[in-house]
Amino acid sequence: MKYVIIGNSAGAVGCVEGIRQVDKDGEITIISNEPYHTYSRPLISYLLYGKTDEQRMKYRPDSFYEDNGVKTYLGKEAVSIDKDNKKVILNDGTEICYDKLLVATGSRPFVPPMDGLDKVENKFTFMTLDDAKALEKAINKDSNVLVIGAGLIGLKCVEGICDRVKHITVMDLAERILPSILDKDGSELVRKHIEKKGVEFILGDSVAQFTSANTAVSKNGLELSFDVLVVAVGVRPNVELVKDIGGEVGRGIVTDERCRTSIPDIYAAGDCTESMDITADQMRILALLPNAYMQGETAGITMAGGTKVYDKAIPMNAIGFFGYHIITAGSYDGEEYVKKDGDSYKKLVTRDDRLVGYILIGNVERAGIYTSLIREKRPLSSIDFDLIKEKPQLMAFSKRERAKTLGGMK
Amino acid sequence: MKRIYVNEKWCLGCHLCEYYCAFANSGKDDMVKALKNITINPRIRIEEHNNISFAVSCRHCEEPLCVKSCISGALSVNDGIISINQDKCVGCFTCVLACPYGCVMPNDDGVMQKCELCTKNAGGQPYCVQGCPNKAIVFEER
Repeated sequence: MKYVIIGNSAGAVGCVEGIRQVDKDGEITIISNEPYHTYSRPLISYLLYGKTDEQRMKYRPDSFYEDNGVKTYLGKEAVSIDKDNKKVILNDGTEICYDKLLVATGSRPFVPPMDGLDKVENKFTFMTLDDAKALEKAINKDSNVLVIGAGLIGLKCVEGICDRVKHITVMDLAERILPSILDKDGSELVRKHIEKKGVEFILGDSVAQFTSANTAVSKNGLELSFDVLVVAVGVRPNVELVKDIGGEVGRGIVTDERCRTSIPDIYAAGDCTESMDITADQMRILALLPNAYMQGETAGITMAGGTKVYDKAIPMNAIGFFGYHIITAGSYDGEEYVKKDGDSYKKLVTRDDRLVGYILIGNVERAGIYTSLIREKRPLSSIDFDLIKEKPQLMAFSKRERAKTLGGMK
Repeated sequence: MKRIYVNEKWCLGCHLCEYYCAFANSGKDDMVKALKNITINPRIRIEEHNNISFAVSCRHCEEPLCVKSCISGALSVNDGIISINQDKCVGCFTCVLACPYGCVMPNDDGVMQKCELCTKNAGGQPYCVQGCPNKAIVFEER
């Protein structure tokens, strides 16, 4: 059996580990347009922050490819798939045959059209190791940095470079920071915390025009000057390889619960796909590393003839800024329970006897107990909800259930 | 594989397991010196409510969501034991988001710690088991 994987991040690694659970001998080939050993993309901000280095941020040990019998084409780009002859064609003309193919091509930064952007020389996106290296070269202690986008990527970038530059301004069209994961109150708490580090926020505004290489004017008429620009407004899934050969694509590549695309023997995983968010009953792109790994693993096991389903996808994020932690999961449409306590904030959202979402800021201890209630669609009437509201604890479950989980009773 | 199991009927709520855990992972060879004047941060924790108490530590799941979710590759499974390479951990808390039992927590340096069945310290039988005066915590194959 010949397995070919396009991509070299979490989805790809999950696929290799999934295949090897079932098939120890099949040939596995990984193709990646990046020249690096598999590394963790979300760690690029920690790299600039000084909490990791290029060696430690490798997602798997140096021996990973050898241990798993993986042949690699690194620094080569897959330009097309020949589905009839089951081949992947690379940018140097190499053709690689597959029996089973995984597309784990990820996403790319979305840079919206902005008037005069071509005048700006020092402009960066923040997604790959090369992006981080380029940004690192461009900044120094005297830099004024303008970050467009107050989402997860933009703000992690801010944390990464904060102590290494003179000033950072963050601008977002939205009225609040982290709008995809936080409500108004939670967002304000986090913004105030980041502001303590001297970061300036301009919200509800956007760049109308870049007037020179170092200046911009906003829609609200503010004049901004900067040395370095970071654009982090969002990402777009890399769906083209599958779309070009007629595969079904919605917001992302469409897959079933075994991670198969609409084309025979082609699978997809990670940020390039859309998944069913079970807390909102709708297809969404859940571009998150844990989900990518689990999709990749499901694809790998399925490709190798095993049985595995990926059917518990939920949005979930653990993120922190300067030691202040945030964990969120699910969706926020339902009945709310809110508790504020100093710097800590908790919101639980329930609907139809289920926990469907939560926000924890500050005290995030044991949050996974909440995540599990969402993921397993646990009826709240079957647990002691008053105890669960107080804090995540196994005390809220029945004695019998604890006898199973903690006592080893079958 | 041998795992830690608890029987809540026999738990006295004495918290000795927590102290033995903290001692075992302190790197010191004297329990008094290891624990004197410190606030312990053990990897096993007692939950208490009304007259019920029990110890909770890593279940070493066969389907470990913490390992699959780890963004840095710091968590891994070796011979069934889930362990953490603290040198690789950046303290992102994704494992805290993922663990269904609430058994991964930060150490005093801000990176994650978890029960590793005392495989990285003095070895042999987990210290919490040794320290439990009422056999409410056992280390067994089931």
